[in-house]
Amino acid sequence: MQYIWAFVVGGAICVIGQLLIDYTALTPARILTGYVVTGVVLSAVGLYDPLAEFAGAGASVPLLGFGHLLAQGVVSAVDEIGLPGIFTGGLTAAAGGIAASLVFGVLAALVGKSHDQS
Amino acid sequence: MKLDPERYAKMTREALPHSPVLKDCLWAFFVGGTICLLGEILRQSWMLLYDKELAGALTSISLIFLSALVTLPGWYQKLGAKVGAGTLVPITGFANSVVSAAIEFKAEGWVTGVGARIFIIAGPVIAYGTLASWVWGIVYWIMGKL
Repeated sequence: MQYIWAFVVGGAICVIGQLLIDYTALTPARILTGYVVTGVVLSAVGLYDPLAEFAGAGASVPLLGFGHLLAQGVVSAVDEIGLPGIFTGGLTAAAGGIAASLVFGVLAALVGKSHDQS
Repeated sequence: MKLDPERYAKMTREALPHSPVLKDCLWAFFVGGTICLLGEILRQSWMLLYDKELAGALTSISLIFLSALVTLPGWYQKLGAKVGAGTLVPITGFANSVVSAAIEFKAEGWVTGVGARIFIIAGPVIAYGTLASWVWGIVYWIMGKL
């Protein structure tokens, strides 16, 4: 059942992105940035955690989940060390994804050739 | 001939190209859903070995690795041209933006090319995401003091 919800919720979150592409002039960079900030806000108001519990990767894989991760990281760091946690918590929680993207990016540039973007 | 508004509306509707929105949304739903389903399969597998938090991080790292692999031959971009948000919104789309920029700007050198352009989309995402979480951190800290 968890797998079905992951598919449906993840798919639905992507449909919202598609509607933004079709009906607004937002560029991919703006859409992704908007998703992350929205994820932080939804997490802050307590809406995203129940969704993540229920849909698993359907909520954590879309970029909204990246925002949720940043927000959760800040909360646990503030609980643990107080005010300095507002600086250390977010990126600590997101470190795995960011580091993996950068490392695999540079490694791919070592072996890859550029493609026609069209 | 005389045109009443209703007839005019019908004629414009027929003359305009068919709206591809529904088709776009179905593609986005199925491809985005499939990537998330793959993520859930990876997450459940990692949870057999590690706790929930680490399993989540490993799921992201695995998906990013797979995204880099299909970005290398240009397949992710080809799929993206067809399905739009289905490949953009998941973390694999974020990874694709990093990896494809790194490959694309190799010609401009390793520092100002690859090193700088790698952040062309990841930069704003990380900057505003971090800023938003920082603001929420202050609010959360104040709430804890009240």
